[in-house]
Amino acid sequence: MIFSGNNEVYSTVYRSLYVTCLGTLLSCLWSIPIATVLGLYSFPGKWLIKGIFNSLIGIPTVALGLLLYLFMSHQGEFGSLHLLYTLNGIAIGQSILVTPLIVSFTASALGAADVQLRDLAKTLGASSFRCNLAIMRETVWSTVLAVSAAFNRGFGELGVAMIVGGNLFQETRVLTTSIALETNLGSFDVAMAYAIILMAIVLTITLAINLVERLRQEEMPRKK
Amino acid sequence: MEVRLQLKNVEKSYGSVKALENINLEIVGGKTITLLGTNGAGKTTLLRIIAGLEKRDKGSILLDGKGTNGKQLRQIATLVFQKTVMFNRSVYSNLAYGLKIRGKKDTEIKEEIARELHAVGLRNFEKRKARKTSGGEQQRIALARAFLLNPQILLLDEPTAHLDPYSATIIERAIMSRTKGKGIVILATHNLSQAKRLADYVVHIYGGKIVEIATPEEFFNNPRSEMTRKFINGELDY
Repeated sequence: MIFSGNNEVYSTVYRSLYVTCLGTLLSCLWSIPIATVLGLYSFPGKWLIKGIFNSLIGIPTVALGLLLYLFMSHQGEFGSLHLLYTLNGIAIGQSILVTPLIVSFTASALGAADVQLRDLAKTLGASSFRCNLAIMRETVWSTVLAVSAAFNRGFGELGVAMIVGGNLFQETRVLTTSIALETNLGSFDVAMAYAIILMAIVLTITLAINLVERLRQEEMPRKK
Repeated sequence: MEVRLQLKNVEKSYGSVKALENINLEIVGGKTITLLGTNGAGKTTLLRIIAGLEKRDKGSILLDGKGTNGKQLRQIATLVFQKTVMFNRSVYSNLAYGLKIRGKKDTEIKEEIARELHAVGLRNFEKRKARKTSGGEQQRIALARAFLLNPQILLLDEPTAHLDPYSATIIERAIMSRTKGKGIVILATHNLSQAKRLADYVVHIYGGKIVEIATPEEFFNNPRSEMTRKFINGELDY
């Protein structure tokens, strides 16, 4: 089934990639600025905000899905946007789901950046803004890893996709909801095929990022 | 015109610990000052305050008679840290960082970096990853990075600590060539023979206070202070 050229399989994979890529990108728009503030600046209550984001990393996807359903339904505050049972609705749900992960990991990386890097930038003449830019540049790879972890979390989640998306055939059915459906129907071979595709995509992306990082870290050849 | 740096009654504490107390110092451009002292004496704290990286609790720092704040000090002073710090980039990018902030053109930057790397014995090192070079090479890169900015006040915190004799010699030669200018060089070191070779004046710091200021000849041959005598003889504890 994996290599059968089945259009439904391809479109399911496409929908999965679409919602997770869109959701992750959306989340980056607000997560990275929030992480920058949390990582690089001190202010009252910072510890509390960091704690809240840290604790929300493991938020149950079904709980979030239910909450979003209530907001997006016809009676909800955002009912008029008609996001329920749409791919964009799932994407928005996943963007909220992965926000704590991107914020926490990125803020931690920024906060852990060598204090002397800031001193170095300062003594070379950098303003506060440029110092922060220098630190962000030094930790950009940590941000990439945080975003890839967020992507994997979103790609493999079920609760938001099922409740917000409704698992509608050829409309909002994604890999995880397909696995759940086929398992419930007793079609374990089909469910397993979808699971293998899902894991293969996650592994490929993760390994690709690790490979790029490894190449980045490799030593330049020394001249003799 | 030579620069003139004055520290008046500078003090710094970390909690209940007094790191610097009643520091008074006047340095004229074209001179090299060596700060000598035991570990924890206050040498690095003093360098960081002059570099504008630490706030002083009391006192003033004047440059050519005018008071300065941290931001102004950072524009005229550059500190080379005891433990080398490199951006995770190429040697070229590390060296160009400060020059780009100052708005230098790429062609000028390229020429100046090539010249400065040659001066510290690291020709054609531009493309190497800075953090992948050896400790001695990183120290030379850090020195070249500071030299490129041509600061009025160059601050060096134990620049040859933990280096092999070859690297240490290259760095000392680079420092000596630098000290022929009009700026001020302040060098913190444990190395007594280095202080003899490089300094116009030696400043002995102990317990956060200046104990003695003298020329190398006076300092080593006829120290006025008993503490200085003990320090030279290796009898002074932390």
